[in-house]
Amino acid sequence: MANIIIEGRVVSRHFGAIRAVDGVDLDIRAGELFGLIGHNGAGKSTLFKMMLGLLSPTSGEIRIAGESVSGRNFRNVRRKIGYLPENLALYDNLTGLETLHFFARLKAADVRQCVAGLERVGLAHAANRRVREYSKGMRQRLGFAHALLGEPRLLFLDEPTNGLDPEAIREFFAILRGLQSEGVTMILTSHILADIQERVDRLAIMKNGKIQSCGSVQALRETVNLPLILEIGGFVSASQVAHALDGLPVISIEARHDRLWVKLPPEAKMPALAKLMTMGDAMQDLHVREPSLEDVFFGLAE
Amino acid sequence: MIELRQISTIAGKEFRDRIRNRWVLAIAVVFAAFALVIAYFGAAQQGTVGFRSIEITIASLVSLVIYLIPLIALILGFDVIVGERERGSLDLLLTMPITRLELLLGKYLGLSAALTLSTVAGFGLAGIAMANQLDANALMHYSGFILSSVLLGMTFLSLAVMISVFATDRAGASGLAIATWFFFVLVFDLLLLGALVATGGHYGGQVFPYLLLLNPADVFRVLNIFSLEDVRTLYGMATVFPEELASPGLLGVIMLLWIVAPLSVAFWRFKR
Repeated sequence: MANIIIEGRVVSRHFGAIRAVDGVDLDIRAGELFGLIGHNGAGKSTLFKMMLGLLSPTSGEIRIAGESVSGRNFRNVRRKIGYLPENLALYDNLTGLETLHFFARLKAADVRQCVAGLERVGLAHAANRRVREYSKGMRQRLGFAHALLGEPRLLFLDEPTNGLDPEAIREFFAILRGLQSEGVTMILTSHILADIQERVDRLAIMKNGKIQSCGSVQALRETVNLPLILEIGGFVSASQVAHALDGLPVISIEARHDRLWVKLPPEAKMPALAKLMTMGDAMQDLHVREPSLEDVFFGLAE
Repeated sequence: MIELRQISTIAGKEFRDRIRNRWVLAIAVVFAAFALVIAYFGAAQQGTVGFRSIEITIASLVSLVIYLIPLIALILGFDVIVGERERGSLDLLLTMPITRLELLLGKYLGLSAALTLSTVAGFGLAGIAMANQLDANALMHYSGFILSSVLLGMTFLSLAVMISVFATDRAGASGLAIATWFFFVLVFDLLLLGALVATGGHYGGQVFPYLLLLNPADVFRVLNIFSLEDVRTLYGMATVFPEELASPGLLGVIMLLWIVAPLSVAFWRFKR
């Protein structure tokens, strides 16, 4: 059994009558990249804050690396936790390097590594500029460098690609891949589901304070059993395709932009592909569109 | 277990911020200028210009400082926690391996160091300018005045930190800070005097000196006035203030309690 680094047991947090988090059980394995998604107000941030020890659960318990987040020994665990909040607030009067020095001292991390930390996120050129002069993307990079101080074994990343341009997003995920290969556990939230669907090992979907589903993207796809789409290009008509797929549970065939979109249940994928191959040269192109994480997300919501 | 390293890191940042934005320099210049103006031109209305005596100078300075330092301390500290909370940086700090007590103490000590440096530098510079006219006894009195001013600043800074922990936003904190200043510096004494006059001095006359201890500004005033023989007579304090309360050591301890009590309440609230 995989080593569990975060265990949440029947965790709830109420704000008056509002149940922001309601009886959540959660196990996150060491070394995995875990996604936490949900609508605004689903309870992600509250659960994040409880995992970080910023909020106490109304009931239930969260343990990280075997220590209760509300226990006295959690201070030592914190030294190996990195956190990038959604709304990052840094000190405008400090330079980027001074910001890292300040947090490195608090974390008892090696302050000599701060320059390397800025280089890692592409901010070496702005090390001595005041944070007030940073763009949103630069602040986000600095926040990421801050989260990486002290070589954390556990990273909490709340909407980490906010404000980053496409190149920076690619660099960001490249760093995450590197960290994952070093065995760092990462938990991230994102509203841009396309960014994370190919990257997370597992994810949990939250709704109304509860975890609605948890598993790999593929496992969630299978749970929802959404139809897939075969996109066909070439000199074939809808009736020819319908004839070729005769006997299979085809849901619909639509012509879109000179191509045919065939919707069918996932279990019919392989038989349909085999039958389409018999159509010969008339079919010049074929794409299989599996349900995206976004489709799964909305499928579960329904 | 309290880690001093964490406290000193937070305190160091707070202190450096005030040095860097020239807050310390500005307040020190204000204190030095006021002290010198009062020392040399305090009797101008009576047609006299020039240094008279340290006792008269301190008495005049006390009247000024009792308004100024509480206000400066409250302005300095009212947003120390609520400001971080409103900006969103408090969560970032609290995810560090630091306890809430260490954070609160670090903030308080850093701001106290900045206020202390301003006070000592400002009044100290004025003291150096007056030094050739002061004997050892006068120097001691003036040093006592500076020390008590530092304590006065620290008491109101402690109140400011408490306000900052309780307030839900900066605007509310600033309102509470102004109300606190208004109450302790302007209203409290008027209420006591009003009660005394209204009852013809029949009720509470003996309790009156003890009630003064409930106001750190009054403790500061009593501490300074009682250490100056001439001024004590001038104020008529000797007749109303019991001898057992007139010890500078005891009054100093009461000021320390005024530092510890609001900070303790602030911590109690902050850890919830």
